[in-house]
Amino acid sequence: MGYPYSHEKEVPILSKYFGDPEARTLKGWKARGGYKALKKALGMSPEDVVEIVKASGLRGRGGAGFPTGLKWSFMPKDDAKPHYLLCNADESEPGTFKDRELLRWVPHLLIEGCLIGAYAMGAEHVYIYCRGEFFEANQVLAKAVEDAYESGIIGDDILGSGQKIDVTVFAGAGAYICGEETGLMSSLEGRRGEPRVKPPFPAAVGAFGMPTTINNVETLAAIPPIIENGGEWYRQWGTEESPGTKLFCVSGHVKRPGNYELPLGFSLKDLIYDVCGGMIEDRALKAVIPGGSSVALLSADEVENCALSYEGVIEAGSMLGCASVIVMDETTDIVHQVTRMASFYAHESCGQCTPCREGTAWVTTILKRIEDGRGTEDDLDTLIEVTDQMVGTTICVLSDSVAPPVQSSIEKFRDEYLALIRRGERVGAA
Amino acid sequence: MAKKTTKAGGAEAKKTTKAGGAKAKKDRGVAVEKVTLTIDGQELTVPRGTTLLQAAQDAGTEVPHYCYHPGLSSPAQCRLCLVEVEGAPKLLPSCTTTVADGQVVHTQSDDAIRMRRGVLEFYLLNHPLDCPICDQSGECDLQDHVFAEGREHGRGREAKRVLGRDDFGGDVLFYGDRCVMCTRCVRFMNEIEEKPLLTVVERGDRAVIDTFFDEGLEQSNWAGNVVDICPVGALVSKDFLHKARAWDLEHTDSICPNCSQGCNIELHTRDNLVHRMKPRTNLEVNGHWICDYGRGRYEWLNRGDRLEAPVVHAEERNTAMGWTAALEALKSRIDTLGESSVKAVVSPFWSNEDLGAVSRLVETLGGGSVVFRSPRAEEEITLPGYEGLARRKALAPNVQGAELLGCTRVGDDAAQGGLEDLMDHDGVVLVLGDALDDQPEGFAPNAALVVYLGAYTSSALASADFQFPVTTFAEQEGTFTNHAGRVQRFWPALSGPGAARPAWLVLGALLGALKEEEGPTRAEQAFGLVAKAVKSYKGLDYETIGAQGVLSAARVPVPGD
Repeated sequence: MGYPYSHEKEVPILSKYFGDPEARTLKGWKARGGYKALKKALGMSPEDVVEIVKASGLRGRGGAGFPTGLKWSFMPKDDAKPHYLLCNADESEPGTFKDRELLRWVPHLLIEGCLIGAYAMGAEHVYIYCRGEFFEANQVLAKAVEDAYESGIIGDDILGSGQKIDVTVFAGAGAYICGEETGLMSSLEGRRGEPRVKPPFPAAVGAFGMPTTINNVETLAAIPPIIENGGEWYRQWGTEESPGTKLFCVSGHVKRPGNYELPLGFSLKDLIYDVCGGMIEDRALKAVIPGGSSVALLSADEVENCALSYEGVIEAGSMLGCASVIVMDETTDIVHQVTRMASFYAHESCGQCTPCREGTAWVTTILKRIEDGRGTEDDLDTLIEVTDQMVGTTICVLSDSVAPPVQSSIEKFRDEYLALIRRGERVGAA
Repeated sequence: MAKKTTKAGGAEAKKTTKAGGAKAKKDRGVAVEKVTLTIDGQELTVPRGTTLLQAAQDAGTEVPHYCYHPGLSSPAQCRLCLVEVEGAPKLLPSCTTTVADGQVVHTQSDDAIRMRRGVLEFYLLNHPLDCPICDQSGECDLQDHVFAEGREHGRGREAKRVLGRDDFGGDVLFYGDRCVMCTRCVRFMNEIEEKPLLTVVERGDRAVIDTFFDEGLEQSNWAGNVVDICPVGALVSKDFLHKARAWDLEHTDSICPNCSQGCNIELHTRDNLVHRMKPRTNLEVNGHWICDYGRGRYEWLNRGDRLEAPVVHAEERNTAMGWTAALEALKSRIDTLGESSVKAVVSPFWSNEDLGAVSRLVETLGGGSVVFRSPRAEEEITLPGYEGLARRKALAPNVQGAELLGCTRVGDDAAQGGLEDLMDHDGVVLVLGDALDDQPEGFAPNAALVVYLGAYTSSALASADFQFPVTTFAEQEGTFTNHAGRVQRFWPALSGPGAARPAWLVLGALLGALKEEEGPTRAEQAFGLVAKAVKSYKGLDYETIGAQGVLSAARVPVPGD
């Protein structure tokens, strides 16, 4: 079941109970087969659990797509230090709303995934860092954790296995940068939400200085079905390099926007025209951002043959990211949209690294000036060069994220910029 | 002889790279694994764990940087020290990337230079470029790096952010517009003084350094250091504000005279006046830091009411005369006295060379006692993040040196009183450095002879038989021995007034005349005589002491120190 809309081409594994209020309760969740996977995992060795995850080919759903099993295997063994699993529920990439739905509708699925992950990595404590603005999600999650504690699913002796794992829900305070894994650790520790230099990597020195793994909500939610059914089962969907299903958050000018769980490798064109019912008022498609605001825009031509897998979107000239598909029709003012994105990054930059602190703000002011009709053609070259200077020169990738939308829009929609610069004409209705 | 450098620039290069004194000591004796790498085509072998920035520094290449400071942690956030490492997907911050075997590093590759140029452009976007009225101008890392590697013309067309000026309390003023957000000041307060009085507020390009509401740096005892480590003119000293241009100042290596810690400093002078004191790195003594107490007390070196000529008191009147005549007059007085008992009072603000000459004179004249008076504080002021550094209780630079020469401390903690013995003495009374401001007019009325060598006259000594003008430590070469027995050299930063000469030279000439031999003519020779007389200085000379000092073999325990 998708939410709010569903489609027959969906493969509902994570989203099966979206919209089903009873699935939120522990009783309802158990009635739907919940916590079976946890029981199964506890009967296996932690190494075997990691092996199943490796075999499934599951890749991190937070945006980077790093193989989850491999990430788990980086955690040191027998080092006598406390290990931590952090669940990154600070979903704040513009255009993304998949974790929110998982938190709202299937909190126990996430808790189960967290416990299995913690068991596999020898973590004694799971912190779920939940975006503060997700008021409802925070409440639902907190209630689910409380119920799980009461029934002995979390705590000193989980499901009578003798295993001790604690889970804490931590509400963020409204900073995009705290969704960056090291920024999240700093924030969790009570410091300014500022990313840290890697190395040391979190698996060596993470939260509170201890070995830590950070996984996205959707990644951890995919763990219970994988453990229950095996790695090969998961590989029946998706492609060789991008196995499994993925939640696609579609927003923008489509008839039925929403979350759709589809096998990776699904056609972007079909997603827009079939699953989402096509463009609003059947207007022409202008551009698509396939993976959240940090990736390059795809022009209507590039959408034609784009497969929504990690490798497929790269081939089409962008990135899958966290699969947040923002669809824009012919009425869209691209310059305005890119300015919105840039000002978001300027607002959210933590201010540590110079290229990001100064660059995000500078790019925004130049774009605003162009929007106001006071731009010059030189400004476009400056924008390309300045964003170039912001790539690969900072601690985290917030700075890098500005370049793809700005550069791709100048490259693919130069006419719109020039119309504004030369004649003060806005293209589109925004 | 004069160890002077005009204009800074060399300052940072002299700094060594290890963090704390305590840490440096721990490293000793442990076999450290070595790593061989290539930096800019030059192969070098350095200990594992060395950062690329340090290794490049060893190889003679200074990689530009702001947030890195050898005494603090490295957040790698200024992004100016990016270098190219072959095989790495992107440029790496050299301040946190450690060396690896076979690594090939390019600090001057096209990519590295292009990125640094880019980063420097970002720095200037909101920088006011008010160099003509900025105290940092001339010793500013932003100025230097932009001049060396920046763009000829900025492309920023937008209005600059304006933050204005803020009084951070104590001696520190903050010019927010000039700040490059390196956070060295925040880290100094957190990591070294361990008093988090500064922080970053807001984020993105609104981020700014600030104090917590009304609580400012007046609560700090070490806040002056944040001015020193600020790479630009964002944090400046109120005391030094608009006093001098950096390029007009001469820098002279010296020792802080305000307590017995013996912090290594530079005296910055112009027009024969000390304008400020800055720390000089010495990991064995003070690291990169000095305290506000010491830093703020240099004005006495600029006092104008100095004794400028030898003054001889005869027939109820004082007569100024040349050195030859004055010394001849003194010699004939001594000759007529014959052997007599001497009571001397000296000042622990004077050098080992000077105090040693007093000891020799006392002995030559027939023996006696030497005392000194020295101010003492009730409490030490420690610096938690740097073990071994504190503003000591003994508030004079050479208490230990005086003790090692057999001088005895008298008087109270305000360096007053305790001279009853001398007051009533009927032999020779010799005074060096201590102007006896607390004593009544006509000090030691029964003495057969009163000789005063000092910088200023006073009512107590105005009618002394001989008043000889001598130089302060800032006007001569010499050594102090700190609380731990470390002998450290200083160099002349100022020229003494009129006919003032170092006390060791004056007393040496007198001794020479009395004994019919050559007195010392160089401070080095004067120290040689001290080293002969004091057992724990055995084998020491100016060369072995060098610029960073040497721990002598023994120290006399000073009660309560």
